Amino acid sequence: MGRTAGPRGNAARLGVVTLALIAATGLATACGAGDDGGGGGGGGGGAATADGVDDGTKLTMWTRAATRPQSEALVKAYNASHKNRIELTVIPTDDYQAKVGAAAGSRDLPDLFASDVVFVPNYTSSGLFADLTERVDALPFADDLAQSHIKAGTHEGKKYVVPHTLDLSVLFYNKELYKRAKLDPEKPPATLGEWDEQARAVDALGGGVNGTFFGGNCGGCGVFTWWPSIWAAGEDVLNKDGTKADLSSDTAKKVYETYRGWVKDDIVAPGAREETGTTWTGVFPKGKTGVMPMPSTTLGLMPKDLDLGVAPIPGPDGGKSTFVGGDAIGVSATSESADQAWNFLAWSLGEKAQVDVVAAHKDVVARTDLASNKHSDADPRLVTINELVEHGRTPYALKFGQTFNDPNGPWLTLMRNAVFDDGSSLDKDNEAVTASLAD
Amino acid sequence: MQPQVSDRTAADGRRTSTDRTSRTLRTRRIIRTHRTSLPGPAGGPWWRSRKAKGLGYAAPTATFVTVFFVLPLLLVGQMSLSDWPLLAGDRGINSPENYTDITDNTLFWPAIRFTLLYTVIVTVVLLGLALLLALLVQESRPGVGFFRTVYFLPGALGLASASLLFWGLYSPTTGPLSALLEGLGLVDDPVSFLGSPTSALLSTVFLIVWKFAGFYMLILLVGLQRIPHEVYEAARMDGADRWQIFRRITLPLLRPSLALTLLLCATGSLLAFDQFFILTKGGPDNSTVTIVQLIYREAFQRLDLGTAAALSIIVLAVLLLLNVLQFRGLRHADES
Repeated sequence: MGRTAGPRGNAARLGVVTLALIAATGLATACGAGDDGGGGGGGGGGAATADGVDDGTKLTMWTRAATRPQSEALVKAYNASHKNRIELTVIPTDDYQAKVGAAAGSRDLPDLFASDVVFVPNYTSSGLFADLTERVDALPFADDLAQSHIKAGTHEGKKYVVPHTLDLSVLFYNKELYKRAKLDPEKPPATLGEWDEQARAVDALGGGVNGTFFGGNCGGCGVFTWWPSIWAAGEDVLNKDGTKADLSSDTAKKVYETYRGWVKDDIVAPGAREETGTTWTGVFPKGKTGVMPMPSTTLGLMPKDLDLGVAPIPGPDGGKSTFVGGDAIGVSATSESADQAWNFLAWSLGEKAQVDVVAAHKDVVARTDLASNKHSDADPRLVTINELVEHGRTPYALKFGQTFNDPNGPWLTLMRNAVFDDGSSLDKDNEAVTASLAD
Repeated sequence: MQPQVSDRTAADGRRTSTDRTSRTLRTRRIIRTHRTSLPGPAGGPWWRSRKAKGLGYAAPTATFVTVFFVLPLLLVGQMSLSDWPLLAGDRGINSPENYTDITDNTLFWPAIRFTLLYTVIVTVVLLGLALLLALLVQESRPGVGFFRTVYFLPGALGLASASLLFWGLYSPTTGPLSALLEGLGLVDDPVSFLGSPTSALLSTVFLIVWKFAGFYMLILLVGLQRIPHEVYEAARMDGADRWQIFRRITLPLLRPSLALTLLLCATGSLLAFDQFFILTKGGPDNSTVTIVQLIYREAFQRLDLGTAAALSIIVLAVLLLLNVLQFRGLRHADES
């Protein structure tokens, strides 16, 4: 090898450097090609039937890791009883939006894709889903489908998605720790104040036991677990169009204050400050946390020997609410097997799938008429959760992801200032959230 | 590294060339590189001519560069001038909105400041340590191969895998590192490796140093071993001590290798993404947002390819400028 300097060396290395840079930014171009990604189209013609077609077609489907067990169970049961074959791809939750966006740009979306219900309005307004209005309306149980999901997937009067998995935020509390702390294990908190007292009582046990936990560096966690306390007081956090935030109200302040107190007095388990949402549901099952909000989808995944109770998330002065989250699912606008894809969707909402698959896994059913079934009747915790659906809300905003889920977005700044700082910048932070929503 | 033709060899090549009237400099270089495989002076069918062969040799690379570099670059340029949402696609030219919007982004200047700070810290620490390691394992002694391998080993890991590994180690909820320090009695409370802006930056720098020190050590080691023994011997004869030998002989003769590592390290750090994306996601409190993360965020969180492309173009321009300046500086240092 000769000397590294010299004019040709410069040029060559500059080329390499530029190439490396473009490889990094090329992410952006890889998905930009193709003409207008929107528009309905696709969807394979044919008469819309309530059942769809089961003719041995291979279908592709995407879901995010957060709701993997539910999707896998449904797909497995469907594949075992139908000629159609669904190939399910699970994508890391944090990457899901980027992946869908990239695929939409290059028209590579799978036949079916589930989405966190809060991102659905953005997708429907961009024309990513095929119109399912006729098919949904033809279902005999159309009116019993979880309406918060249907509403999120309705754009300009047309329905684009059906509920796939319902994920509600509820309080989990450790009954054994409650007993040790001389608390009544059958009396979970009914107000934010009681929640505070009980968390502190459990925390006082010491020896590695903590009162509560939350994902303090995770915007999605804050939305999911904090907002129900505000809703429980009868207030809303967004206007109807999702273009204006009201996250600095007196009720909201009371909620932040409670969390701030937990941080200040070290009632939370270590790691809350830096919890980005990847491991926040892994803390409670260790059995050393008193009472914290958790996703209802994790109930079936808890250790068998963990004696846990379930309660609604209360507001400052009582009341109860929940974030009706989870995934809605639709047929992509570019799918050429819409009838076959619909066959899966129609089946997944039927009584057999909802009871024998969804309810059997201790999950929330997507139909209100099945809220009470043989599995829920055997576990009162499931009844608590199922009954919460009607008290819960699903927020609607086109710019939801970039405002609330973005780890560098304005809502996370508000959350952290309000809880890890003194909360004095709340009004300014709320304005930043509104600005992002109206962007 | 690519084979280089020094100016001296180039001149020799020209002199011995039998046919030098009608060729451009470029073709001549290509021919020179492959001279051994060429037939005698031109003649015969055109596809056997030197020009055709030269073009043939250049074609694969030219195609590769065009398809994977020039075309994407042009597309990014077009994107940066257009209103181009990720989900909806191209909506036509809106220039220069994407560029003027950049400074409205509240994270833009902090990201530039942070990226520069990170680059300086990483470059200084990494190259210092790499040089130290290279000096340690420079001599061939029994057992030195073991240490060379150990130092180099982390470099064999992908950056994303290494970041995930450290993310697991650093985690206060599931990681062993904090518990280990507590068990040893070095700290009283769980350590929050990624919890504050400073600790997040230092934890990331530690990961990068661990991962890349061995790689840069290898480059410097090659450079060290190219320094002839006679020079050292002569210096010792003249009574130079270790420090003088290092200052007056090792460092100056190592300059080409140092220049290469400096360039690689600075450019790599300016483009830092994976490690922060996985370890901190730009947190806590947006304290570790790098410029490439900002591009990613524009494209995939805010779903706006237009501003992402505009940012990319600016970063590209800045990087080109920095590299040119760096080369200039190094060449001046070389000549002095």
